[in-house]
Amino acid sequence: MAEQIKNFLYLNRRAPYGTIYAWESLEVVLIGAAFDQKVSLAFLDDGVFQIVKGQDTAGVEMKNFSPTYSALGDYDVNQLYVEQESLEERGLTIDDLMHLTWEDEDEDWAEKDSIRVVSRAELAKIIEQQDIVFSF
Amino acid sequence: MSELHTVNKSPFEKSSFASCMEHVLEGSAVLLYEDGVYAAIKGTAAEGKVKSAQGVKFYALGSDLKARGLSDERVTNGVEIVDYEGFVDLAAEHDKVVAWV
Repeated sequence: MAEQIKNFLYLNRRAPYGTIYAWESLEVVLIGAAFDQKVSLAFLDDGVFQIVKGQDTAGVEMKNFSPTYSALGDYDVNQLYVEQESLEERGLTIDDLMHLTWEDEDEDWAEKDSIRVVSRAELAKIIEQQDIVFSF
Repeated sequence: MSELHTVNKSPFEKSSFASCMEHVLEGSAVLLYEDGVYAAIKGTAAEGKVKSAQGVKFYALGSDLKARGLSDERVTNGVEIVDYEGFVDLAAEHDKVVAWV
């Protein structure tokens, strides 16, 4: 039987340090990226806090795993959807988020943005188009 | 009796902060820490609750704000940023601690 490529979406809905969900999601995404599937991530609700820039955990003695999001592009994970309404409810804009990019092999390694801000309605459609959805 | 109320959950995910605000009395203090610090940021529904609370002092733990990439400028006016020693002082200064977990 031929291997089928499926669309995987990871739904990230939790803030980064109060629970282990965000970090666990990132670990599973990186493991899953090794399996040559089509992977995308969605950040909604408190999940948008995961990719806020300038995180500094020295004072709370926890690992700052936010730099790892910058490595996703190297694993061909370059579809990061961020829900507009979730940002607005939290007093955030795209400028408060880390600048996450990937290099397009087909266009002479041109650097492109990984983050796409989408509306709640658009995200609903994106979820509908997936084969498999993992929730964190 | 002066009370120190503590909130450590996100106001967007849990009702801990909302419940705290409905039970806090004049002359008391509210300390926001861990994910509770998200209730201290400007431009949110929580900001309105902080500003409209009469005679209630608000504090947020600085290291939890920093961990989450939230600069001092993002913090709602009137919320005082404290360190761990400040947390201990607040607990000692008040007659009791009421934790909204």
